[in-house]
Amino acid sequence: MGWLAALGALFAPASAWAQDGMRVWLPQAVTTTAPVIDRLFYVVLAITGAVFIGVQLTLVYFLIRYRRRPGVRAGYTHGNNLVEVVWTAIPAIILVWLSLRSQQVWSQVRGTPPPPDLEVAITAQQFAWNIHYPGADRRFGRTDASLIDEASNPIGLDRTDPTAQDDLVSVNQLHLPLNQTVLIHLKAKDVIHSFFVPQFRLKQDAVPGITSRMWVQPTTAGNFDIACAELCGLGHYRMRGFLTIESPEEFQNWLTQSLAEQAL
Amino acid sequence: MSGASHTTHDAADGMRKVVNSQLIFLGLLFVPLLSLLLPAQAAWIRWGSLAVLAAAVVVMRRTLFSSDHKVIGVQFLITSLVMLFVGGLLAALIRLQLGWPNQAWPWLGKILPGGFPEGGPMDPTFYNMLFTMHGSIMIFFAIIPLLVGVFGNYLIPLKIGAGDMAFPKLNMYSYWLVPPAIAVVCAGFFMESGAAAGGWTAYAPLSTTLGPGQVCWIVGVIILGSSSIMGAANYLTTIINLRAPGMSFFRLPLAIWALFITAIMVLLATPVLASALILLLLDSTAGTSFFLPAGLVIDGVVQARAGGQVLLWQHLFWFYSHPAVYIMILPAMGIVSEILPVFARKPLFGYHSMVYAIMGIALLGFLVWAHHMFTSGMNPTLGTSFMVSTMVIAVPSAIKTFNWLGTLWRGSIQLTTPMLHAIAFVSMFVIGGLTGIFAASTPVDLYLHDTYFIVGHLHYVLFGGSLFGIFAGVTFWYPKMFGRMLNERLGKIHCALTFICFNAVMFPMFILGIAGMPRRIYDYTAYTHLAQVGGLNRMMSVAAFVLVAAQVLFIINFFRSLAHGKVAGQNPWQANTLEWATASPPPHGNFTTTPTVYHGPYEYSVPGRKEDWLAQNVKA
Ligand code: HEM
Ligand SMILES: [Cu+2]
Ligand SMILES: [Cu+2]
Repeated sequence: MGWLAALGALFAPASAWAQDGMRVWLPQAVTTTAPVIDRLFYVVLAITGAVFIGVQLTLVYFLIRYRRRPGVRAGYTHGNNLVEVVWTAIPAIILVWLSLRSQQVWSQVRGTPPPPDLEVAITAQQFAWNIHYPGADRRFGRTDASLIDEASNPIGLDRTDPTAQDDLVSVNQLHLPLNQTVLIHLKAKDVIHSFFVPQFRLKQDAVPGITSRMWVQPTTAGNFDIACAELCGLGHYRMRGFLTIESPEEFQNWLTQSLAEQAL
Repeated sequence: MSGASHTTHDAADGMRKVVNSQLIFLGLLFVPLLSLLLPAQAAWIRWGSLAVLAAAVVVMRRTLFSSDHKVIGVQFLITSLVMLFVGGLLAALIRLQLGWPNQAWPWLGKILPGGFPEGGPMDPTFYNMLFTMHGSIMIFFAIIPLLVGVFGNYLIPLKIGAGDMAFPKLNMYSYWLVPPAIAVVCAGFFMESGAAAGGWTAYAPLSTTLGPGQVCWIVGVIILGSSSIMGAANYLTTIINLRAPGMSFFRLPLAIWALFITAIMVLLATPVLASALILLLLDSTAGTSFFLPAGLVIDGVVQARAGGQVLLWQHLFWFYSHPAVYIMILPAMGIVSEILPVFARKPLFGYHSMVYAIMGIALLGFLVWAHHMFTSGMNPTLGTSFMVSTMVIAVPSAIKTFNWLGTLWRGSIQLTTPMLHAIAFVSMFVIGGLTGIFAASTPVDLYLHDTYFIVGHLHYVLFGGSLFGIFAGVTFWYPKMFGRMLNERLGKIHCALTFICFNAVMFPMFILGIAGMPRRIYDYTAYTHLAQVGGLNRMMSVAAFVLVAAQVLFIINFFRSLAHGKVAGQNPWQANTLEWATASPPPHGNFTTTPTVYHGPYEYSVPGRKEDWLAQNVKA
């Protein structure tokens, strides 16, 4: 891994442009899967970085070494089948190996999620994230598009449904408990949006007509931004949500308090 | 003898007239559009300017409407270079906003009152229009017409030893669909509601909710698609049927192979785009629901649509647009494979594997489209298969790169302007291809998708690759097209400035993407993880302005050399292929007698010969 770090240092000059001495690079990784994705990223960086340096140096070397000189004639060759086979096979092997490595991570991140401790439904709309907690009964209340009222009931939750009594709907405020597995159901009301928390190293599109799922297990407490990563119209850039990762106790307090406020 | 030089002189004169009439035509084309900005009672200006345009077309009809493939090639060249510059100006405005978000620009407010309301900061919707139109213009009206329209038309008959295209009239129509397509796509800018703002990818449902500008965009792209299909049918027929005696398929220059395979891809992919666009048009205007599911609630209003599939648009769009990205690189690869041997004075390394690599890319190019949709919500298992096909497509790209290096190895390298551009292509394409591997790895793409990393990738392949290939091609064949040489000194300065500034703008994009900056974001300053990226963005913006300004050198060189360049002669680069075996510019009908072909295209430095080249039509 040592030379991976050296490759990373290649990009260090860019940090000169950052203010306050902070590097512009991968943000903090705050879930169980984020460091796994980072490791794969560094593997790809090492492979591509090595090829990059090798090819560019060869190119420059050839340009200098074989520049036109009076009286020196170019060599005459139409190629060589052996080298063709070699430089076809080697990239092919590396890339297939990389596919296999990627597939391991992919099935971990995108395969069957582990049993969740908490489920949250997020309904994206122009230009907000509606966050729906099922409450103590762990069941989401019924929703119906005809009940939607943009000001008071953005997801059209049927308050007469018994399972909806303890549901919390918050706008742009996502709280998640530390070290618990959270399953997120993503939906969209109007156009495509994409739920993106850079510190999760994940993004998932919210597509009208489809419910997508993603799961995370946060490992670090803190406040982070939710960005929308799919162009959704005029307010796309300001479709910012707020993520708070906190201890399970703090999370429970927040949930109870918010439910009380909602009842008012 | 004096008769021959006389006709050559006439041909050069004729080409200059074509350039001039084309510029006048394009200039006038925009006047009626501009007049749309005037209040309704000024309708007489609109009709008046249309009448002037019509009158100009009638007066210039002799130079405007030609079915000579060389004239059509030059018309494509002028039109798409103008659009390239327009696209560049839009990019400068994008960079203005990203470099200095929230800054007011009173002087721009005077020129573009719609974009900078009351001389304040840029309007967010205007920003969305800018990147949408920048991407659309660059892809549909600059890169594709430059590579396919210009080089396809100009080079195919000349390089295969034919007098013209198989269907010269069809060829003329394929050009004359382009100006209306441009006018329709750009019309939005001159309308109250503004231009298209749904991104060049026009994802439904967003694209069905936007105003008339978006509808114009759809219609214009359909028109352009029809033009491409006509051109492609023509190229295929010409290459199959009109090759000179002795020009077997495996004696074709690589540029022709690339254009041949590209034409097949255009024919297979573009109809899919056209039909998808028609469905989108119906969804936008006729109340259908091809891409719209039940239960859509827009602005609090439940929509009366049902049964559509949102992801269907993405599948159809990328089924065209992924092959389209190869449509935008294969001809450039062909051009570079043509230029490197000439200035290395060496045969192309691995001709056959270069041809098979093009075929492999084209075949695989149809099997990778959903790598744009790893985060879209499609089944993750499908993601795996598209990851594998995408990884595999990097192999032929690698083969090509190694063969280019092999061509330079033990060469006698002459760093002319076209050669410098071709080398820049190789160097930059490598970065584009390698960053594609990050995006191909599904888990890594979960993070990098729709960030500036992807913007960096696509600019390294499309600017670093395609556009440097185009510059290489234009500077290489300019003497053939116009009979005069470009100024080498100016050409080299232009190449160097473009190379440096391009990297200064685009390389930091990878770092921004790695830092998590999403693309298509009007104002990133609110995001805490992006608190540090302002300085980097400003540096990129300054480099972008220099980059746009540097293109003025190219424009000056191009137009000055038309009249003042050194006279080129038939074969200024001592190259082997058939276009150099006739006058510059070639007369109507191209060759006085049909050439016979005796060798492959890259017989340079053949041992035992005094000259270091051996033209295809010369017996050894
Ligand atoms: C080595 C070969 C390449 C590989 C492995 C590759 C891979 C990819 C992948 C996986 C994406 C989707 C990324 C995402 O949206 O998250 C992508 C995007 C893109 N690629 Fe490539 N690519 C390659 C070469 C090229 C070439 C040659 C071109 C064009 C000349 C090209 C043009 C583009 C464009 C324009 C996009 C962005 C489309 C958009 O979302 O606007 N790529 N590439
Ligand atoms: Cu959005
Ligand atoms: Cu693609």
